[in-house]
Amino acid sequence: MNPIPAVQVSGEKDIAGVEVKPEVKVEIQNLSFFYGRNQVLRNVSLDVPAYQVTAMIGPSGCGKTTLLRCLNRMHDLYPGNRYEGSVRLHPGGTDILGPGMDPIRVRMRFGMVFQKPNPFPKSIYENVAYGLRLQGMNKRRDLDERVEKALRESALWDEVKSRLHQLAHNLSGGQQQRLCIARAIATDPDVVLFDEPTSALDPIATSKIEELIVEMKKRVTVIIVTHNLQQAGRISDRTAFMYLGELIEFGETNRMFTNPAKPQTEDYISGRFG
Amino acid sequence: MLSVGDFIVLPSQNLRKQEARASRRRSIDRWFGRIGLLSTIGTLGVLAILLLNLAASGLARIDWQFLLSFPSRRAAEAGILSAWVGTILLMIVTASVAVPLGVAAGIYLEEYAAKNKWTDFIEINIANLAGVPSILYGLMALGLFVYQFRFGQSVLAGGLALACLVLPIVIVATREALRTIPAAIREAAFALGATRWQAVWHHLLPYSTGGIATGVILAMSRAIGESAPLITIGALTFIAFLPPAPILAQAPFMSFDWLFSPFTALPIQMFNWVSRPGEEFQSNAAAAGLFLMLITLGMNGVAILLRKHAQRNIKW
Ligand SMILES: Nc1ncnc2c1ncn2[C@@H]1O[C@H](COP(=O)(O)OP(=O)(O)O)[C@@H](O)[C@H]1O
Ligand SMILES: [Mg+2]
Repeated sequence: MNPIPAVQVSGEKDIAGVEVKPEVKVEIQNLSFFYGRNQVLRNVSLDVPAYQVTAMIGPSGCGKTTLLRCLNRMHDLYPGNRYEGSVRLHPGGTDILGPGMDPIRVRMRFGMVFQKPNPFPKSIYENVAYGLRLQGMNKRRDLDERVEKALRESALWDEVKSRLHQLAHNLSGGQQQRLCIARAIATDPDVVLFDEPTSALDPIATSKIEELIVEMKKRVTVIIVTHNLQQAGRISDRTAFMYLGELIEFGETNRMFTNPAKPQTEDYISGRFG
Repeated sequence: MLSVGDFIVLPSQNLRKQEARASRRRSIDRWFGRIGLLSTIGTLGVLAILLLNLAASGLARIDWQFLLSFPSRRAAEAGILSAWVGTILLMIVTASVAVPLGVAAGIYLEEYAAKNKWTDFIEINIANLAGVPSILYGLMALGLFVYQFRFGQSVLAGGLALACLVLPIVIVATREALRTIPAAIREAAFALGATRWQAVWHHLLPYSTGGIATGVILAMSRAIGESAPLITIGALTFIAFLPPAPILAQAPFMSFDWLFSPFTALPIQMFNWVSRPGEEFQSNAAAAGLFLMLITLGMNGVAILLRKHAQRNIKW
């Protein structure tokens, strides 16, 4: 099959009208992915800019989740999965799909927040501390400090500071999801991957998480899969539109939503399919 | 001219038919409920009669003298000391072999092994092993542990035979306990950089302890009542001494000589008494049976409490 080259339009200009190239954080090159013999991603190439929110949109089943899970090598957990191509993490440009790259090291640099809140059946504190403990931190004082920082950054601290040692499951769904965000950012990852993080939440909890994601990009690079176009429009700087395992178009979110370059993008955004 | 009534005739006839059908279904439902209740009462009734029967002829026999005496030719002086000590030692051997092996195998099959034809084959065979008659485990243990490994007709050989017998139960219980943990929990741990072992040790085992412990206790309560494999390997039915003590007064303070001691156990003592003529030995057998039954019920009670307690803090 002939891969459709994705149109990449940057669109950002500085005062003098010179196009500003944002620093690239994750450089995906000709990425293909196979569940056994079933090819689900076809030659995806995409430069994810650092300290921005990149949204991935597209109809259900087009491969958004699959692409996201390539980035932290989650597919390695199940037999029969195969990657082709490369994913380079900058600065440094090491290929995280390269031979000899340990998936565990990759996962320590990419945080992940899942579709449904999935806190461990442990205390709030232990949930946030777990990633730190895995990285060898075990002094109580260091842990306390980092747990508090992560909980503040996920706007949860004031709500939970008096009950850090209670079970995470006593929190509401929205709070649980913010706890999962705290857990993912506690270890200071380079990139945080979100897979439809608000699809199980009510509108108020959703808007809190959206605020959080916008706030977060000062410190990390964010990639978010969403089936909610308004959400992509509200929080992302750049949007990638995928269809049937291919990247159709990638560019600045405002431009993509007002003036898409590809007819498929326009059809999807205007609600004609998907 | 048509009136409103003309239109309602057809639907209302239909409704009546539906009503008739619904009432028939309700009556089937009621009948099934009654039959179910009856069979439940019947089953519980049999259990109750069994217990009452044992209690009627055995309860009066249970006292300190009975618990602390060796078997004897005179029924009134006989007791179950060597039997319950033997049973406890057997259970120690059985548990310390079957629990680590069974839990490890369960973890391996559930969390590490690839799912393919080979593991399907193993899975089916473990299920089959759980159904093998216990006397065959006795034959296997006689050949392997008693003669091949020269453990003799000892606590060790008996405990190992029982361990083989309940190993499949422990494996299956472990796998089932692990399977109740959602994939999302494993993925949460892996996404933070946990290795498989860390996911097992930090999450999967702690979250499934209740289920595994329940399975282990049920397995042990199966083992505690077994007599066929023990008789097959040659457990003695009349033992008037205790195996050497495991704890010593002077260094090295521990001894494993008891492992190689001949032994008897509660079901075997019972079997011995039942096969004797005379009312008094029958009531000794009933008393030993009652004691065994109480231990088993107690173990099942602990299993229920454990599960409740362990599950209290675990929600998905
Ligand atoms: N574990 C899997 N094994 C085989 N096929 C899969 C698996 N997960 C997803 N797929 C297939 O891959 C395609 C893309 O799925 P996914 O990445 O989940 O899509 P999206 O997140 O865009 O809805 C779908 O056709 C889906 O059926
Ligand atoms: Mg998805």
